[in-house]
Amino acid sequence: MTVLETAHAQPVPRLVDQFELGLDAPICLTWELTYACNLSCVHCLSSSGKRDPRELTTRQCKDIIDELERMQVFYVNIGGGEPTVRSDFWELVDYATAHNVGVKFSTNGVRITSEVAAKLAASDYVDVQISLDGATAEVNDAVRGPGSFAMATRALENLKDAGFSDAKISVVVTRHNVDQLDDFKALADGYGATLRITRLRPSGRGADVWDELHPTSAQQVQLYDWLVANGERVLTGDSFFHLSGLGEPGALAGLNLCGAGRVVCLIDPVGDVYACPFAIHDTFLAGNVLSDSGSGTGFQNVWQNSDLFRELREPQSVGACGSCGHYDSCRGGCMAAKFFTGLPLDGPDPECVQGFGEPALARERDKPKSSVDHSRTANRKTPSGPIPLPLLTVPPKKFCNESPV
Amino acid sequence: MFDPDLRWRLHPQVAVRSESFGALLYHFGTRKLSFLKNRTIVAVVNSLPDHPDARSACRAAGIDDASQAPYLHALGVLAQSTMLVSGQGPAADYPAEDLGDDE
Repeated sequence: MTVLETAHAQPVPRLVDQFELGLDAPICLTWELTYACNLSCVHCLSSSGKRDPRELTTRQCKDIIDELERMQVFYVNIGGGEPTVRSDFWELVDYATAHNVGVKFSTNGVRITSEVAAKLAASDYVDVQISLDGATAEVNDAVRGPGSFAMATRALENLKDAGFSDAKISVVVTRHNVDQLDDFKALADGYGATLRITRLRPSGRGADVWDELHPTSAQQVQLYDWLVANGERVLTGDSFFHLSGLGEPGALAGLNLCGAGRVVCLIDPVGDVYACPFAIHDTFLAGNVLSDSGSGTGFQNVWQNSDLFRELREPQSVGACGSCGHYDSCRGGCMAAKFFTGLPLDGPDPECVQGFGEPALARERDKPKSSVDHSRTANRKTPSGPIPLPLLTVPPKKFCNESPV
Repeated sequence: MFDPDLRWRLHPQVAVRSESFGALLYHFGTRKLSFLKNRTIVAVVNSLPDHPDARSACRAAGIDDASQAPYLHALGVLAQSTMLVSGQGPAADYPAEDLGDDE
């Protein structure tokens, strides 16, 4: 993100401080359109798989877009689940862009045929982000399931052939792919795409595999060094601010603060609003766009009036991190990472670069489980490969009764 | 290059959102976000098309010639990222920006 340093007549608070107090509207937000997914990635932050029968209707989605337009939310990051399996997906994308809400959507590539790629290439307002968690099929498919590497690269091929410029390749950095960062970059360059790497969170099914998949402390240093050397050409969603303490302030590109409930949030497929995409748990549920909270209905009401978001915009307790000289750069790390590993929210991040996370992780912990789980299989750790997806035109009648979508 | 003696305007794909600290600017084409950190610079940016050149826009916002340097610098930064375009209105490609972390 570009921070424009302009003249000030008198000293004003730093932007980071302004943002921690929250804005009247999010700058952007993540909107998971469906919990339905053809894949079952082991680290899925939203535990997706089966469609939720309470999924918002086309009309309800358009009402949200109308509200986002009024609030001047500049763009939405659409995800899921696999958002393109909604039968009204393209209708909603077109509706959003026609109403001055930009769209970036994340996909595993399942629907990015050459026809779709050609349509996308014709729009200036839609960004496409293809998820890939290994630079080779072997590494990728171990996390995302058999055939998923081929599916993603076919989509990238189609986009390139259609002349779609600057697709994003989105990689969650793990213990097994951290050595492939240069390979990812080369892969992205080959498709005329931009590489985007983000942090693995212990959210959703990620909680089950985080211990085995999160980068070791040596790998975090390696990742940090790579980011400092390559950061200008690589996107990160500002997700590595917990590593800021490894070097000089400002060495990592980006805004590097937790924007949860302050400048970003998540709308889930049933209209529940959470503080961030990595926080699908009752503790971080601010409200629902459809229900009357007592002060009204709709997204704007949740954003501006929910008790949770108001609390997040208050100065936060620094706790055990208060005496650490790096607090100003990492701000205590990621709330969701702490919460889902069972660490106190006012203590160090589980991947604290000063090493304060490790002893905390070694103590007995109670890891909170989310009640929101749309996983298809009982055995969540073994991805079973792509599932053929019929398009649904009406929601299933019973809760989670539809397999797979 | 930013020439303060030319007429400037916001790029047609740029949206301005007022904030308590100033304003947010978002460019739908380049997907870049910028921040205007006080209201004077917001007033200058919004009034650019009404003035024959950037210096006059600053003067009209109450910034005398001796105090204009930081404002002109800010406008230059905006011009560099094509948030602002001059009469001729070029549009170069810049890397997309990224906020809002997801998988």
